[in-house]
Amino acid sequence: MFIPMLIFGLICAPILGCLLAGVDRKITARMQGRVGPSILQPYYDFRKLLGKDTGHTNRTESVYIFMYLLFVVIATVLFFLGGNFLLVVFVLTLGVLFFILAAYAPGSPYASIGANREILAVMAYEPMVLLVAAGLYLATGTFDVVAMTQASKPAIIMLPLLFLGFIYVLTIKLRKSPFDLSMSHHAHQELVRGMTTEMNGQTLAMVELAHWYESILYLGWVALFVIWKGWVGLIVALLVAALVYFLEILVDNNFARMKWQFALKSSWWLALILGLLNLGVILLLGLAL
Amino acid sequence: MSLIAFLVLFPLLAAALLLVLRDDKARSVVTYVSAALIAFAAILLAVTYLGAGVTYFNLPSDAADEAVSIIALLVDIALAVYIIAKSAKYRKWLPLVLALIQAPLVAVFELTKAGSIPVDFGFYIDNLSIIMALIIGIIGSGICVYAVGYMRDHAAHLKEGEKDRRPVFFALMFTFLSAMFLLVFANNLMWMFTAWEITTVCSFALIGYTRTEEAINNSFRQIWMNLIGGLAFAAAIVLIGMQQSVLELDKVINLGIGGGIMLLPIACLGLAACTKAAQSPFHSWLLGAMVAPTPTSALLHSSTMVKAGVFLLIKLAPCLGFNAPGIMIMIVGGFTFLMCSCMAISQSNAKRVLAYSTIANLGLITACAGVGTPAAIWAAIFLLIFHACAKSLLFLCVGTAEHHIGSRNIEDMDYLFERMPNLARFMLLGILVMFIAPFGMLVSKWAAFTSFIESGNLLLILFLAFGSAATFFFWAKWMGKLVTCCGNKQVIEGSIHKPEWVSIGLMAALASLCSVLFPIISKGVVVPYIGYVLASHSTGFYAQAIAAISADNLWLVAILALFTAVVMLGLPKAGSNDELDVYLAGANVDNDGRLFKNSFGQPMAYTQRNWYLEGFFGEARLDKPTVAISLAVFVFGIFAAMLIGGGF
Repeated sequence: MFIPMLIFGLICAPILGCLLAGVDRKITARMQGRVGPSILQPYYDFRKLLGKDTGHTNRTESVYIFMYLLFVVIATVLFFLGGNFLLVVFVLTLGVLFFILAAYAPGSPYASIGANREILAVMAYEPMVLLVAAGLYLATGTFDVVAMTQASKPAIIMLPLLFLGFIYVLTIKLRKSPFDLSMSHHAHQELVRGMTTEMNGQTLAMVELAHWYESILYLGWVALFVIWKGWVGLIVALLVAALVYFLEILVDNNFARMKWQFALKSSWWLALILGLLNLGVILLLGLAL
Repeated sequence: MSLIAFLVLFPLLAAALLLVLRDDKARSVVTYVSAALIAFAAILLAVTYLGAGVTYFNLPSDAADEAVSIIALLVDIALAVYIIAKSAKYRKWLPLVLALIQAPLVAVFELTKAGSIPVDFGFYIDNLSIIMALIIGIIGSGICVYAVGYMRDHAAHLKEGEKDRRPVFFALMFTFLSAMFLLVFANNLMWMFTAWEITTVCSFALIGYTRTEEAINNSFRQIWMNLIGGLAFAAAIVLIGMQQSVLELDKVINLGIGGGIMLLPIACLGLAACTKAAQSPFHSWLLGAMVAPTPTSALLHSSTMVKAGVFLLIKLAPCLGFNAPGIMIMIVGGFTFLMCSCMAISQSNAKRVLAYSTIANLGLITACAGVGTPAAIWAAIFLLIFHACAKSLLFLCVGTAEHHIGSRNIEDMDYLFERMPNLARFMLLGILVMFIAPFGMLVSKWAAFTSFIESGNLLLILFLAFGSAATFFFWAKWMGKLVTCCGNKQVIEGSIHKPEWVSIGLMAALASLCSVLFPIISKGVVVPYIGYVLASHSTGFYAQAIAAISADNLWLVAILALFTAVVMLGLPKAGSNDELDVYLAGANVDNDGRLFKNSFGQPMAYTQRNWYLEGFFGEARLDKPTVAISLAVFVFGIFAAMLIGGGF
């Protein structure tokens, strides 16, 4: 399974991510009563960016962005190869850090504010992500993704609360409204686009590409809650992942942006309460699959 | 034995020499040569004894033993007299009272009981003391080298009429190293206690070095907090000596595993270690210590003082776990990690951020030691190693930056990437090593997290999950300040002294090397240590069970760490003329100055300040509850140890 999964993580994931972005835009348009662009529009945009001259406000920005892309790709590949879940989380965090540095580097007001808010977003979702990792370990007895997929029962039976909490912070991770604090993909949300304000051409193309990888990786995490051994488990997991993404689109289009205070407070309280309850019950009752 | 003697005595000789030398040139030569010799001896010791398991040593004769004990007692009394004299002079009664209780306690015990207790081995060397010796010998003496250049600048800034007290400063630094070596090799608890008290008094003198009012107040806060620890240490020795007639560290640990009557002395030793490791409620002494010149902070934070505390905790770890002292220590450690990580967010003073991060990381080590499983001890040792490398690097960078930009405030580090290009890259590397994978600190944190989950400790899982998130916030925003570029800034790092560069380079090399050689250090040094420490107490541990992270993953992160370090140090120069202007809402006036036309038509500079989230994480909001809760945990823990142990 090594070679097929390597190919999946490296090549299929961004293609699926690109299509997902297209579907996202289409569904969003329909929800807003528009026809919307072609499903392949993200790909056309990407091609166009690649063809443009790339300008820089400084020379370090594109290095950071390259590192961002690289670590996101490594995290995605590691995940689909069935590696250690915590390692995937940490490598991804490193990638996001480089994205943040890229936004700080130009010394631009709009990009810096975006970067500040992105750090805040990371701080908001990180506890929940780590608690999810702890929960998955307690439910399946392992951190290895490949072993988690071979469980006899889906982990969500043990982790219903953490699953809900994870979907909540997923909105922050995907930078969707109401938590699109650092940059938004909605044209109506802001005049100047936060973190990527100073990026263009190939640099911006790399950001888009990394974002496709990220979306698929996160949906992989969602699927991990639901999957169990065998084909049925896999199909159910994929369906649930698709459903969760649809839910994200629905939320994205129905909420205006919240303040950062709300993002931080709500996600920390949720992580504390849901984590304490869910993990506490597992540990107290000595449950395990 | 001769190597131990050299490591303990030679720094004392260097200290004596530096105390009498007034000439700057001679001082630098003596410092460089001594530092090199100490580092060399530490490495030689490591090469000789690594892989030998535990080696015990004794002094050549009983008479020598007795002589050393008498010297140790005399030193104890001299230190007490010094503290009492100083406290009386500045009218600080608390340290005076504490010293007055402690000194007679130790003296009476030594003169009446201790002589009749047989001591088989006075000294030992094992892998943990080798790791400590390397940290003290290489990082500690590296900081002394750095101090030569730094203190030259410092002396140049003295006000008129102020005395240049550099001889005292350097003598104290080397005495500190000597005491640390004694502390990590001594098996005789009385000698270890003497070393323990020397480090307390040395750091007291170093913190008060500048003799400003703030420095003196902070040094007294340090001494009373650490005297409480010293008193707890002395009480533990007396209890063990009276009840068990034992005076050796290895035997105490063996007895401690049985629990029972030993719970109380173990809890006392744990309390002593926590005061030294600046755990809440005693964390404020380390925050106050930053008034001292930067080399002092670097020394206290990375290789000495606080490391003595966590060293003792890691030693005690086999006796901890789910018993009264173990639970007390793991909760205090985990709680300190969480609260200090949060409070670091609200700080703009770079040294204070570093201090909070030190306390937080020591908290994590403390928590791991409290859990006491093989995987947790493994994580604790690596946290200790990486913290020593990365924190010394960061302190040295901040100290040098302070002398060149005239401020230690992070807000004044705008555009440091261009103003001090090399220094900023080193600082960035240091920060990365401190908090993010694939570097050692985070990998160790990963191991700690795994061990907490495996031991099913929900409270520690929560502490770590939230604390890590806070850690990300304050480091990332600092990095943001550093990486900001703005074209054509003047480079101002030409005047940095050579010894400063040498030490900074050394620390950066150590930090990256340890990250890259992680798997080898694990297999060759740490796993064997845990193997033989625990093998004698319990049945069947395997190497895989000891290392919390599999070898494959360790190699993977090692490769990523090497790659990232190379990229960070090799970042391109920022400025050039063919670049684009940043977006200033279309009202740009001058890109290099980041000037835009404001609503009055005037040019105005854009500036940016970091987020401090005072309302969420301010000291005013968090500090008091932190102190209250951890104090309660200590009181409760000690009482529980007393009642369950049944010693009374």
